Amino acid sequence: MSAASTRSVLEPSPWGQRFAALLVILYALITMIPLVWIGLTGLKTPPDAIAYPPKVVFDPSLEGYVNLFTARSRQTPEYMASLPPPTSWYDELVRKRNMVITGPSRFAERYMNSIIIGFGSTFLAVFLGTIAAYGFSRFKVPLKDDLLFFILSTRMMPPIAVAVPIFLMYRALGLSDTHLGMIILYTMVNVSLAVWLLKGFIDEIPMEYEEAALVDGYSRMQAFWKVVLPQAKTGIAATAIFCLIFAWNEYAFALLLTSGNAQTAPPFIPIIIGEGGLDWPAVAAGTTLFLLPIVFFTVLLRQHLLRGITFGAVRK
Amino acid sequence: MAEIRLENVHKAFGDFVAVREANLTIAQGQFFVLLGPSGCGKTTTLRMIAGLEIPTSGRILLAGEDVTNRRAADRDIAFVFQLFALYPHMNVRRNLTFPLVSQGVPRAEVRTRVAEVARLLRIEHLLELPVSGLTGGDRQRVALGRAIIRRPKAFLMDEPLGALDAEFRELMCEELRLLHDRIGATTVYVTHDQVEAMAMADVIAVMNQGEVLQAGPPTEVYNRPATLFVADFIGSPAMNLLPAMGPLAPGSDHARVNGAEIPIPRLRDGLAHEEGVLGARPEHITLSDTGPLRGRVFGVEYTGVRQIVVVDTQAGRVRVRSPNTVQVSAGETVGLEFSKEALVLFDRRSERALRSESIHGAGRG
Repeated sequence: MSAASTRSVLEPSPWGQRFAALLVILYALITMIPLVWIGLTGLKTPPDAIAYPPKVVFDPSLEGYVNLFTARSRQTPEYMASLPPPTSWYDELVRKRNMVITGPSRFAERYMNSIIIGFGSTFLAVFLGTIAAYGFSRFKVPLKDDLLFFILSTRMMPPIAVAVPIFLMYRALGLSDTHLGMIILYTMVNVSLAVWLLKGFIDEIPMEYEEAALVDGYSRMQAFWKVVLPQAKTGIAATAIFCLIFAWNEYAFALLLTSGNAQTAPPFIPIIIGEGGLDWPAVAAGTTLFLLPIVFFTVLLRQHLLRGITFGAVRK
Repeated sequence: MAEIRLENVHKAFGDFVAVREANLTIAQGQFFVLLGPSGCGKTTTLRMIAGLEIPTSGRILLAGEDVTNRRAADRDIAFVFQLFALYPHMNVRRNLTFPLVSQGVPRAEVRTRVAEVARLLRIEHLLELPVSGLTGGDRQRVALGRAIIRRPKAFLMDEPLGALDAEFRELMCEELRLLHDRIGATTVYVTHDQVEAMAMADVIAVMNQGEVLQAGPPTEVYNRPATLFVADFIGSPAMNLLPAMGPLAPGSDHARVNGAEIPIPRLRDGLAHEEGVLGARPEHITLSDTGPLRGRVFGVEYTGVRQIVVVDTQAGRVRVRSPNTVQVSAGETVGLEFSKEALVLFDRRSERALRSESIHGAGRG
């Protein structure tokens, strides 16, 4: 045996590894730049945000965030001078631009709508997906393959293609601009993905575990809860993230079907108007905050996700 | 502990018949082995006893009670799976207690039972470990423990040693048998390995293509195979099967093999047509110059104290187990002497053994 063969033939050479690392770093940089830019823009003042050439070095300001959460009105200098001294740091920040805070903006409300609709529809899609996948995986279902294909086919066209009928249906049913309506809509879109993903995971769980539970004195339902679900955790976590990302980011239906009551953050953020057009720092600040729940959720489930995304290709 | 009885149990999956009209009685406390090649229906039979499959027709009785359509959970039977099926998300202790929890056994009782079983199987040191890191042998013990801890009416085991390596398998074979003798539980054990079956069984039932061909103690199945399949399947090397000329009247005591007259135990059944088969175990043939059948030595396989001498005769290839003090070499011409009392005659067409007068219960059917 020669000295060179200290590594397995399956392992890439040191130079190969370095090259791969370089590619990954490069890719990460490219994808990170827009995110970093948004994060930075959220901390700029409105003039800095639209300065040309773009400013990379600037004095950070929380004006974008203050503008995001407040409604303001412009006042005359005389009126400003007549006011008592500002009571808080954000009051002071606003008054520098000759404005006063008239109340909270609707951002918090929209954000809450996103959370209710995003997580609600994710929970529902994963729940329905899990039981449907279990049924398809374990039982003889008449026309099983056709049904599965039908479920998949609901994803074959972009959901927005049926926007008009859905718009009319929702109006007739009174579901327009309601949380329930949006939850049902996103669940409908996600459930096919959930069924297919989860069926793959549940297929991989050997039947013997349930059979063992059956002879150990448990009913089929108990076997499902106590033996199948804990082992499908990885798949459920991965599916939940995919569903949440779709529901969270969905823009077109939200724009079309919601307005005053159930509007989510995506259609709201880009139209935050400031002085003389869009308030870019506020938009960037809203976008930054909008990204956080997904990041948080993904980090929370990351140990499942890594195994989940490889589709349990190798067990044990 | 209980007797298990199968009455005309039949199982078909669509057009495929997995088990054909099986009748078996497994006595209380017996170690019963279902033996057969893969796909012979032995596992399906076991799963029907467990309640994991429902028979197409027939009845299954457990301690005299008809349990044919009862749920697995309500049969009070423990099942040891081939790949153990230990719950991967639980540690060893929780795996052991899982069946007790479903029965609502009080906590103190659970604790004493776990301690008892752990001591019996020598797994005390593993109790708090996750099952994923265990070796094959330890998994095997935990799986057995999970079965034993319930004190069920019967144990069903589906090739539980199949996943272990050869050396360990032998050891577990012994342990399983000892364990069975200690707790005296009715056990149904499925395997395709005749050595395992021989080593452990009180009764072996040989199955092929969904049919139970013979059920009896290992010695009976070995010495008096009821069908050609059993003769061929059991024993290593298998029984020598030589074409014998019929017809033979009841009471005949000779078989004609390729012109040679070979004395056999006096037949009770006759053979109505020409096609008979003479079965002789390799150890029931000796090399002798005066033997009625002659052939040329093809080769010799040494197996320690014994050797297998392969002889080509006009009637076909014959394997002889002889002490290695007998010196033969390839190409030599030798005579074969058959021990009369150990020979079995078969009907080629029905594939069944012909009963002889001296041996009473010469197998079933």
